[in-house]
Amino acid sequence: MDVWYLFCRLLPIEMLRWDFMCNALLGVLLMAPLFGLMSTMVVTGRMSFFSDALGHSAFTGIAIGSLFGLASPTWVAVLFSLAFALLFSFVRSRSDHTADTLIGVFSSTAVALGIFISTLGGSSFTKYNKYLIGDILSIAPGEIGMLALVLAAVLVFWVFFSNRLTLTAIHPQLASSRGIPGGLSQTLFTAAIAVVVTLTISSVGLMIVNSLLVLPGAAARNVARNLKQYHLLSVLFALAAGIAGLVISYYCGSSAGAAISLVMAAVFAVTFCFRKGRK
Amino acid sequence: MKLFFHGGGCGDSCCLRVQDLSVKIGSDQILSGVDLHVHCGQLVALIGPNGAGKSTFLKAILGQVDHDGVIAFSSPGQRDRRPRIGYVPQSPTFDPGDPVTVADLFACCMSKRPAFLGLSKAMRKTVLACLERVHGEDLIDQRVGTLSGGELQRVLLALALEPLPNILILDEPLSGVDVEGIGMLMDMLDEIRKTYDLSILMTTHYLSTLEKYADQVVLIDHTVLAQGTPSEVLSSLAFAQVFHRKGGV
Repeated sequence: MDVWYLFCRLLPIEMLRWDFMCNALLGVLLMAPLFGLMSTMVVTGRMSFFSDALGHSAFTGIAIGSLFGLASPTWVAVLFSLAFALLFSFVRSRSDHTADTLIGVFSSTAVALGIFISTLGGSSFTKYNKYLIGDILSIAPGEIGMLALVLAAVLVFWVFFSNRLTLTAIHPQLASSRGIPGGLSQTLFTAAIAVVVTLTISSVGLMIVNSLLVLPGAAARNVARNLKQYHLLSVLFALAAGIAGLVISYYCGSSAGAAISLVMAAVFAVTFCFRKGRK
Repeated sequence: MKLFFHGGGCGDSCCLRVQDLSVKIGSDQILSGVDLHVHCGQLVALIGPNGAGKSTFLKAILGQVDHDGVIAFSSPGQRDRRPRIGYVPQSPTFDPGDPVTVADLFACCMSKRPAFLGLSKAMRKTVLACLERVHGEDLIDQRVGTLSGGELQRVLLALALEPLPNILILDEPLSGVDVEGIGMLMDMLDEIRKTYDLSILMTTHYLSTLEKYADQVVLIDHTVLAQGTPSEVLSSLAFAQVFHRKGGV
């Protein structure tokens, strides 16, 4: 981290005088490609509602972790989100309900359980506010290291599994007829979403994390003509919005997660306007 | 699934032999007692009313549904290998908004290199060679969701032909294709089976194409009701009974 701080000090940027802003910038630089990359598959696989539900389940995991008196309940949340995702996949494969109905069932149950546990015995909900809004300025070096590891893992996963994930997302029957198994890659991707959402929830907030998983891909999809452009633009949009949002929040004193999300929404609006006429 | 190579009985020209095949899904008996021989280089058309079990029959051959009975393959010069089956699924539709080109689709199916990094020169050359088989080189950079019904069938056909299969199976390839496209697609299938000496098994509702292109027609309604040359089947009593009872195709 010392090298990073030194590098930041060399830049003629006022907000990088502060260590916490250097941490936040590094966090954004790691989170943006993570969200940008995963966003392409969330959008193509029509999983935006599902990733939203995972965010809610992460909150429930945090509440359970806190119940057991854990100082850092993040890992309980990761485990709970993973269990939530796998249980959802299991029930979906054995149910004749549509995915959105089942997501509604799981999401509302998770939220209700989270609120029930967090207010048990008349406890105040206030201590959980930081998970709702998030605060990237308080990201710790340990969390940044974890983000770097997750980004590396997701990149490796993408190299080996993105082809079959894409094919399964755009045409499951065709994938099946080519002998391409969709189950393992889908499960791993679901688990990856669960881990990423849970690890970033304290930085960007439960209420905003899903927008970062949907907006970069949605904006890139407006203008991209092929898979290469789609991935490249999604990551670039996420990076640009991440940095711009951080700067805006520094000068406006508002939540960085919300600022990043708003810039992403603006990018979506601009790309939507240029959508017409593409072939 | 019983799957083995068979020889003899058909003078080594039989590419696919199905004997006493039955498929039950839940409590529904979809198919029973189906016997069928497909000879090498033949185009065999499966016809029958909706819900007759035609697609299920194809899925049984592909090993995608459980079944009883025998499905045996033989392939000249390749008796020690499992036959390659090319498959074009029914009603393939893609979202027009997905930024996935024909080249991307091929790369996702055939390449180990991630498609999001773009195609290597060698892969692009391979895709062009595949598309050339269906006269579709100009489609390589088009998004799959924007292709017409006929263009999409040609692209999926090109995909099913790589690697070259021993048997090509197509489930309703003519649905969603305009009249002009139907003739073009059938001419192409005819050319492909002659050029590459492969057998084609397809389901269809377009009976007008049978006389010109099919070597053998099989009428199925949960079991085989009639099989033979197109004129034999289309003039059979079973054909008249099935299609009059069901109110035509």
